[in-house]
Amino acid sequence: MNISQHFPVMIVIIPLISAVIIPLIGRIRRIYGWYVSIAATFSSFLISISLLMTVFEKGRISYWLGNWEPPWGIEYVVDYLSGFVLVVISFIAFIITVYSIKSVGKEIPEHRITPFYSIYMLFVAGLLGMIITGDIFNLYVFIEISSLAGYALIAAGRKRDALIASYNYLILGTIAATFILLGIGYLYMVTGTLNMADLRERLPLLYDSKVVRTAFAFFTVGLSIKIALFPLHIWLPNAYTHAPSVVGALQAATATKVGVYAMIRIMFTVFKPQFILEVVPVSQIFLFLSAVAIIAGSVLAIGQRDIRRMLAYSSIGQIGYIVLGIALANKSSIIGSLIHILNHALMKGGLFLVVGAVVYKTGITDIDDFKGLGKRMPFSMAAFTIGALSMVGVPLTVGFVSKWYLALGALQAGMWVFVPVILISSLLSAVYFWRVINNIYFKDDGVPARIDDAPAGMLMPAFTLAACCIIFGIAAFIPVYITGFAAEMLLRG
Amino acid sequence: MQDNIIVRTITRILIPFIQLYGLYVIMHGDSGPGGGFQGGVILGSSIILYVIVFGVDQGRKIIPEKLSDTLNSIGVLIYAGIGLICMIFGGKYLEYNILPLGSAHFASHIGMLGIEIGVGITVAAVMITIFFETARQER
Repeated sequence: MNISQHFPVMIVIIPLISAVIIPLIGRIRRIYGWYVSIAATFSSFLISISLLMTVFEKGRISYWLGNWEPPWGIEYVVDYLSGFVLVVISFIAFIITVYSIKSVGKEIPEHRITPFYSIYMLFVAGLLGMIITGDIFNLYVFIEISSLAGYALIAAGRKRDALIASYNYLILGTIAATFILLGIGYLYMVTGTLNMADLRERLPLLYDSKVVRTAFAFFTVGLSIKIALFPLHIWLPNAYTHAPSVVGALQAATATKVGVYAMIRIMFTVFKPQFILEVVPVSQIFLFLSAVAIIAGSVLAIGQRDIRRMLAYSSIGQIGYIVLGIALANKSSIIGSLIHILNHALMKGGLFLVVGAVVYKTGITDIDDFKGLGKRMPFSMAAFTIGALSMVGVPLTVGFVSKWYLALGALQAGMWVFVPVILISSLLSAVYFWRVINNIYFKDDGVPARIDDAPAGMLMPAFTLAACCIIFGIAAFIPVYITGFAAEMLLRG
Repeated sequence: MQDNIIVRTITRILIPFIQLYGLYVIMHGDSGPGGGFQGGVILGSSIILYVIVFGVDQGRKIIPEKLSDTLNSIGVLIYAGIGLICMIFGGKYLEYNILPLGSAHFASHIGMLGIEIGVGITVAAVMITIFFETARQER
């Protein structure tokens, strides 16, 4: 048996099996659940790298589940796009898992730690499944797996507010999932197939059909709720604020990114670019909404007192960037969007990890209480500063690279109006991060002197992400090279 | 409801039949209507009926928390395990007909039955767990 041919299914199966093994093994000792999670996410990460390398060597990988030939059977597909996103998501999941144990030990009641890790791995399995599947109904199943696990993870927060936040997310998330399911149902009704590649072949003949257009409308709205695009973002700030720190970091860094990936899949590989640009000009709507999201997310972030809520609103703005690049639909802009999936995961993941470390040490979440924290927790705050600079888009950090490509894409599309939007938003993010940085380094009172820096187990992961912010800011050619292939593949009509 | 002799007796008589029917639905999942999920729900409902009549504490004596939690995992492991076994015998994930059980037709039958049993175990255990959890909240 050649094990490497099974890698596409293994990357989903390993987290899935570990999710059910953890409750068994966690009975012996609670810490074992964490060990299993680390092993599973790390092996998923290694497999994802191997898959991406295989794609560069041999091209698109197709794995037939149960050896049923597509379009009848379920197909798992790894190409430049899904390979890249798999590496990003499994890497972030691995880093956050390594980080998690101290924070989880403090924020989650002891008897709930084992179930927590079980659901955590289910969440990861759902996300990886969403990325790799080439079957549109299977996509829906994985969306539901990751969403349901996500609701439970958010509800694990310490305060009662977490339950309300989770419930609101549950309602909106279920509406979104129902819309996506309706869209799938309509497509199935007119084409009789659920395989994405097969749909791509059959749909162009039906682009004038009202059923297909209705399906596309359902997909658009459903996925927009899932990724929290601006007017549909209501669930997100509370969910990120009241969730346990680890979950906040994981959700912010991975969940919405995978949602955007699903949107790209639907818009560019199930439908063709020509459909969203010419037949149903939905890209116009997305251009407008994303510009509003970029500005509004940043403006709302300025007004927040709670640091997690500030980061959450900033995420809404960053989602706007990614959608802007998709809607501009040329090579540079799509490269910008795709590397922003990586870059935002690194930046926002790192920032949330530092905030988690601060909560672990001091319990502070109010920005006004951060005064003098730079002296007490110098290493954590250094990581935070790198993340913040990157969010603003300072050159030599990842934030600059993705904004550069997005601006380039806007100019190439002849829509220069979006360049000032990106600039203004950068200035606004400088404003809201300056409030925090100012309190950390230039004010003295506040945090008691007995507070020292976070333990190494929390610092190392946060620094890894911060370091990646700089590494991929300087060596930007690596992700740009990979996403270049993905963008070309997406735009092939 | 422990005091009501009619309810108690009827429950005692009914439970074996409900469970037998649940098993029937699971076993015939590959050739008739039903399957692991439906059969699992029927199996779970027999325990739920028992708990409604005899109370949560008595119910936990029959199905301790440890048992139901373990069964939650075991069912999924059976499902995933059968998929992995197919890989060991050189097939794709969940390619039952590769299993060395004589004909491909028979191997598919056994493989499908195996995963239906796995699904049934997990669904029954999860139904029971959810019921115990909600019952505990209300006390």
